Amino acid sequence: MTDRLSATFSAPRPALVCFITAGDGDTAANLDALVEAGADVIELGMPFTDPMADGPAIQSANLRSLGAGTTTADVLRYATDFRARHPNVPLVLMGYANPMVRRGPEWFAEAAAAAGVDGVICVDIPPEEDDALGPALRAKGIAPIRLATPTTDAARLPQVLAGSEGFLYYVSVAGITGKQQAVQASIEEAVARLKQSTDLPIAVGFGVRTPGQAAAIAKVADGVVVGSALVEICGEYGAAAPTKLRELTSALAHAVHTARQEQPA
Amino acid sequence: MNTHLNSFRTQPDDRGHFGQFGGRYVAETLMPLVLDLEREYRKAQADPAFQAEFDDLLEHYVGRPSPLYFAPRITEELGGAQVWFKRDELNHTGAHKINNCIGQILLAMRMGKTRIIAETGAGQHGVATATVCARFGLPCVIYMGAEDVKRQAPNVFRMKLLGAEVIPVTSGGATLKDAMNEGLRDWVANVHDTFYIIGTAAGPHPYPEMVRNFQSVIGKEARAQMLSRTGRLPDLLVACIGGGSNALGLFHPFLDDPSVKMLGVEAAGHGLDGDEHAASLLGGTPGVLHGNRTYLLQDEDGQITEGHSISAGLDYPGIGPEHAWLKESGRVDYTAVTDDEALEGFQLLCRSEGIIPALEPSHAIAAVAKVAPTMPKDSIVLMNLCGRGDKDIFTVAEKLGVEL
Repeated sequence: MTDRLSATFSAPRPALVCFITAGDGDTAANLDALVEAGADVIELGMPFTDPMADGPAIQSANLRSLGAGTTTADVLRYATDFRARHPNVPLVLMGYANPMVRRGPEWFAEAAAAAGVDGVICVDIPPEEDDALGPALRAKGIAPIRLATPTTDAARLPQVLAGSEGFLYYVSVAGITGKQQAVQASIEEAVARLKQSTDLPIAVGFGVRTPGQAAAIAKVADGVVVGSALVEICGEYGAAAPTKLRELTSALAHAVHTARQEQPA
Repeated sequence: MNTHLNSFRTQPDDRGHFGQFGGRYVAETLMPLVLDLEREYRKAQADPAFQAEFDDLLEHYVGRPSPLYFAPRITEELGGAQVWFKRDELNHTGAHKINNCIGQILLAMRMGKTRIIAETGAGQHGVATATVCARFGLPCVIYMGAEDVKRQAPNVFRMKLLGAEVIPVTSGGATLKDAMNEGLRDWVANVHDTFYIIGTAAGPHPYPEMVRNFQSVIGKEARAQMLSRTGRLPDLLVACIGGGSNALGLFHPFLDDPSVKMLGVEAAGHGLDGDEHAASLLGGTPGVLHGNRTYLLQDEDGQITEGHSISAGLDYPGIGPEHAWLKESGRVDYTAVTDDEALEGFQLLCRSEGIIPALEPSHAIAAVAKVAPTMPKDSIVLMNLCGRGDKDIFTVAEKLGVEL
């Protein structure tokens, strides 16, 4: 099932990865807006009561979603329906360990596979605790997508890469989602360093909000992840969010897809 | 995997696992720091100078050893086992929390960290952290649930007097677990200079082991004091449990004494039948939160539910992973005590021994009041009196319908 991810990342142009939280507003309409406006990969957040790695925007989205009664079954249903509507767009679930392992990792892997999920990002399962979820995902052909961060040093990187599939998510700032933006030079240096150690595609996220930032990152990375800026739209516009999501995503997609065609200034 | 059967004191394993519990369930950004912390802690453990400084501060700054006290009037009133208290409420700052804070701040300085953060529920750990920060001249940020800031105003003022910045946390239920989330968020964003002093024997490895070891001074002293005073070991140890650090501090040095039974007391709030309690072991199920796998209060989807207790210090939906393991291994028994029973325990100790206990150990007193009468008069119950009650008099007055 990681075929969809590898097909996307083997395209000559960089990919735009768009994150929203499941159950925050009209999820199906929001996801369709993202895809129609040019998102290449969908990252669907599983809401959790205690999103420890997230900043205020995504924390609020989690609470809005749970407040609206979103369950794990609902998240899987959004995924299943998305897969039916968009057979070729890679879909990644992102979230925290507890909701994923609650009924056992095998149950979750099976359910996610049945829903057409291509990869899973679990924030709080580092390589050291891979047993808690990784083997179950791999057995079902779902890519465990790992995070590398500015604190992941050279000694540790091989451990992060071993068992990583789909793509490597480079968290460009040591911090929580949606807060500050990394210095472009540090991203370029990090991506170059990671590229020396892996053939996995590298997507860069955390603090990416504007088409300008996305374009700069897309010059060096295989993918650009945008989350908080989209999630804020869901929070602010509610039922009217799809229109606004389409506007921003369209601008981001154009910036990312054409980043490497532009002439140097 | 059977080696632990020879001893209950060899946990965790080198990955920080207590059986299926514990571990290091943290974001990748924190993982290198958690590994670094473990390395530095191992070095400190092996350094006699570190231990000497820790011991010196405990003696001259904290006021250790704390007394071991035979309580004659409560013993007589209960009419069964002799009741003894380990008087950790007499420590500087009024609770056992300071033992751990001394250890962690020494480690922080050894690691060259220049900024301290902590979470707090009742405020006892916040006060203890602010205290050691003032003592060593380090800036201190305390995250505290906005609800708890309201419930524990005197401790908030204490922390501020000590120079700490107290940040009210409004996310989630605005209590201890949310304060811990915010502490982790701060840490992940300030990894280069910040040390996170976790207040209980929970969180990612090595915290559960490290906090337990710093708190084990309670049980080591109590064991030696009891042997010297009575020539024997106690029959039963009793301690209250929120995250579980005071209980582990008392229990751990006795774990390989088979004649010593142990009872951990959780907060049953309004009763285990409903949702309003904080008894993770008796009313929860295993899951992953705040860096470790342990028993949690959670729903069928793994969403964390809010704990409730009259005591803000026990109001946490998880528990230290070593307790989860000790429960499954059968070495320690666990029970729970309601808000009302704790309130009775509080009053019992006030009137029978002239000691105003915190609401947290009032839960343990209530458990002692149930179990001591069923034991022979020549048996010994030793309870950790882990905090004093000054901070709780407003809550108690309100519950008793008294206007101050």
